[in-house]
Amino acid sequence: METYSFLREFADSWMLLFLFTFFLGIVFWVFRPGSKKTYTETADIPFRHDDKPILDEEARK
Amino acid sequence: MMNYIKMIVLGLITLLAMIAANYARDLAYMVHAIIVMLVAGGMFLWTVRQTGDEPAGSMEHEYMDGVVRYGVIATTFWGIVGFLVGTFIAFQLAFPSWNFDWAEGYANFGRLRPLHTSAVIFAFGGNALIATSFYVVQRTSAARLWGGNMAWFVFWGYQLFIVLAATGYLLGSTQSKEYAEPEWHVDLWLTVVWLAYLAVFLGTIIKRKEKHIYVANWFYLSFIITVAMLHVVNNLSIPVSLFGSKSVQVFSGVQDAMVQWWYGHNAVGFFLTAGFLGMMYYFVPKQAERPVFSYKLSIIHFWALIFLYIWAGPHHLHYTALPDWASTLGMVFSIVLWMPSWGGMINGLMTLSGAWDKLRTDPVIRMMVISIGFYGMSTFEGPMMSIRAVNSLSHYTDWTIGHVHSGALGWNGMITFGALYFLTPKLWNRTRLYSLSLVSWHFWLATIGIVLYASSMWVTGIMEGLMWREVDANGFLVNSFADTVAAKFPMYVVRGLGGVMYLAGALIMAYNLWMTVKRSPAVESDTAETHAAVAAE
Repeated sequence: METYSFLREFADSWMLLFLFTFFLGIVFWVFRPGSKKTYTETADIPFRHDDKPILDEEARK
Repeated sequence: MMNYIKMIVLGLITLLAMIAANYARDLAYMVHAIIVMLVAGGMFLWTVRQTGDEPAGSMEHEYMDGVVRYGVIATTFWGIVGFLVGTFIAFQLAFPSWNFDWAEGYANFGRLRPLHTSAVIFAFGGNALIATSFYVVQRTSAARLWGGNMAWFVFWGYQLFIVLAATGYLLGSTQSKEYAEPEWHVDLWLTVVWLAYLAVFLGTIIKRKEKHIYVANWFYLSFIITVAMLHVVNNLSIPVSLFGSKSVQVFSGVQDAMVQWWYGHNAVGFFLTAGFLGMMYYFVPKQAERPVFSYKLSIIHFWALIFLYIWAGPHHLHYTALPDWASTLGMVFSIVLWMPSWGGMINGLMTLSGAWDKLRTDPVIRMMVISIGFYGMSTFEGPMMSIRAVNSLSHYTDWTIGHVHSGALGWNGMITFGALYFLTPKLWNRTRLYSLSLVSWHFWLATIGIVLYASSMWVTGIMEGLMWREVDANGFLVNSFADTVAAKFPMYVVRGLGGVMYLAGALIMAYNLWMTVKRSPAVESDTAETHAAVAAE
């Protein structure tokens, strides 16, 4: 089989299946139990360190 | 030691640029070589003067905001240049005599049009993206930018790219690919700058102090990586001579067309959408002072958007030599894109739920909200136009131009203005903007300008589409091309006036931002400290 036909067939079968499953996996992952707490915390990131970075010394404490 | 290496490299570049200028086979290449020679020579002298100075101590305890301040200035400047050129060429279309005889070959519509598109997309939009991404990635990672002065290299390197691209267009150096006009030597330079940008951004994310990567950074990162990939593949070409700007594309025929529109549509999808969504996911919550409506939705929005957008390019090539299956694929994916686009729009708008009263009091948030509104409108219109039957009417008409501008002026422009109004007081340590009523003026001028623009282009686009396909009882075409041009005149004038209003709004913004830095009261508490930091940078 020439490269074009092979890639074409691969793209609309296995690759399509892989990408679609990957996407569904993400959706399920997002709605996993306990995710709400994590995401509430993550959504607050913009309000935390407006003026200064966290220094290494502080992080180690 | 580093400075000596720099001097050797810069000296060599200056010398090579002199040689290139001497052997140059065309004017554009020679001008570019001279620009590179002057820049490298100037940087050589600057490095000489810096050498021997005490190196500054560790700056890890504060954010790198100098480069963001420069980015804000560059965004405003290039925005006004781009809008001005756009308004001028709009009037060139209405009044052909504005293609002046004395400027023929340099400032006629054909030469100025890519100057306008690149100035607004890459100079205005690109600087806005670089500046805001540097600001956002530091705040959301709680870390200073990675790579020391590399951020400055990205900023100045990008400005050099803009100058090279712009001078090239005027002097006729173009590879005739829409939104990818610069020739091979300029493309190579942009590749270097872009990879440095990727390194700075990714380096900062890797050394972040927050556990999670905030969603805005996901959008910015996908924009940087995808643009690198698109740029390299679409610009694969072989130069005719090392000393000339002409090059020959590696792909040919329909493959070349498909690669070009794979690039072109994803420039819209990742440069003008994903990157600006990064802005939305940071600046809208900040200005509304509440977290994003649904973080879960933002993750699904991200993955759905990047999985779908990459396939939508073929809808630019309906009814061409492109195989039917490919154009159907592009059409289907464009229509499916409705979902993530509107999901993102809802997420942005609903972030204001419980704070809708801010719309009355805060013109900056009003600007952000209308930008999200325009995002929703143009991402509704786009998929509709990608349907083959609609496309057979809309393609090659002014409807397309109207669609692009409702997205670019409405979504990209307005969200950028919102970000600039947010950033300027923060970066220059002011308590507030100089004048909120000037922001309102800007808001209304820009909005009415866009409405005039989009509605006149709908009318003229659909009219010319219908005129082109009109046949009489015997099957002959009723209108000549010149008939459609004559019929479009009034709408072209209205479009130009829309541009004037939009430009006037941007000028008001520039004045307001300038006065904010000059006149607004400084933040009291740690003023002295910040001033010291500014001086150190």
